[in-house]
Amino acid sequence: MHISEGILSAPVLAAGAAAAAAGTMAGLKKLDTDHIAQAGILASAFFVASLIHVPIGPSSVHLIMNGIIGLILGWAAFPVILVALLLQAVFFQFGGLTTLGVNTCVMAYPAVIAGALTRPLVLQTGLRAKVAAFACGVLSIFLSAVIAGAALMATEKGFFNVTLMILAAHLPVMAIEGIITLFGVEFLKKVQPELIGSFKAQFKAGKGE
Amino acid sequence: MTEEVFARGDSPLHRTAPVVRTALAVVYCTVVALVNGFYAILAALAFSILMTAAARLNPVRVMRHLAWALGFLCFLWFVLPWSIAGTPLFCAGRLTVTREGVALCTRITLKSISILLAMISLLATMRVAALGQALGKLGLPPKLVQLLLLAYRYLFVLEQEYHRLYRAARIRNFIPRTNLHTYRTFAYLAAMLLVRAVHRARRVHQAMICRGFDGRFHSLQVYRPTVWNPVVAAAGSLVCLTLVVLEMTI
Repeated sequence: MHISEGILSAPVLAAGAAAAAAGTMAGLKKLDTDHIAQAGILASAFFVASLIHVPIGPSSVHLIMNGIIGLILGWAAFPVILVALLLQAVFFQFGGLTTLGVNTCVMAYPAVIAGALTRPLVLQTGLRAKVAAFACGVLSIFLSAVIAGAALMATEKGFFNVTLMILAAHLPVMAIEGIITLFGVEFLKKVQPELIGSFKAQFKAGKGE
Repeated sequence: MTEEVFARGDSPLHRTAPVVRTALAVVYCTVVALVNGFYAILAALAFSILMTAAARLNPVRVMRHLAWALGFLCFLWFVLPWSIAGTPLFCAGRLTVTREGVALCTRITLKSISILLAMISLLATMRVAALGQALGKLGLPPKLVQLLLLAYRYLFVLEQEYHRLYRAARIRNFIPRTNLHTYRTFAYLAAMLLVRAVHRARRVHQAMICRGFDGRFHSLQVYRPTVWNPVVAAAGSLVCLTLVVLEMTI
């Protein structure tokens, strides 16, 4: 979900840019030179995943997958999502330049939060892990919609109806993203179990091969 | 397919150094996002259209790239005019369309289009590789620049990888519908994409170390200093200044 250019007020844009810069700095700190290649290529995977459209009734929605990215990368998800959004802005003019900070906050904070909250449970087995993975997908989209709505409402009270509609439009997205995260995590746990977990631990496992 | 449709071309803007264009894009877009006066916004739209003309881009393609933003703006036009309180303009059933609502919508539409046109003519006219180098020169953290350059480099590779996976599914008679099987298939596809990305990253990292990667990417594309650098920089500053003055005075 992107907020388009020209809508938000100056204080909201500035706050978004500052919050995004803080998150990006925190993420870059966690990311040493050895992890750059992995994070960079995961950023392109995140970009490509957003091009995947899944049908829902007569319409379709595209995958977002910030929940899974948060599960894998933790704070490092921040610079990764920022880069993917910048690429989308340059390639497709989705989002934009001045809204890049706000849009990064909209996508990345939910990724980090949902990832951190559900990771311990996701790493367990059985039904509990499945519910946690589903919750991770739902929560990441829900938080995104809430942050986007908050940015709109902080700009102008009249955006109330717009915010409500955005939230309503994201209900089916939440459900789909929950299901996709559930199956995706299940798949990753079978195929590449060390991938979920802190980025650092995962890379050590990779190095040991 | 993802493509840099505007990067090829020959125009004064294409020949301007990426650093100049990137800096101008950042300053200009920020100024346009912040102005609120009607004359300033109209002037910004005029400047942006002039810039697009100067970049000699295919108008049909430019319009197609604006389509997404226009869709969002249409949605705003449906909702916003009647949800802002103010002097009523006319009533449509139970909804009252207000002057303020229409004015806000118009402002947002014009600003949005101006900024996007500026981004297309200033940023989309260079390859992302050049953009990354320019952002590095403008003071972005080197790690972030490396992330951007790597993500850009492997974007097309991973997109092909996805098409390959999807083709394989289609050959096995996969037809996307609204059911759990479809969602499971797409989830596995996307997760497989992540796995492949990580595997490729390991090989890329090893190859980079083998070639003595020291944290810098060297660009082979050299932009010779042309007469357009100072011209574009001066014209751009003048335009931004005009917008600020218009905003302050009227």
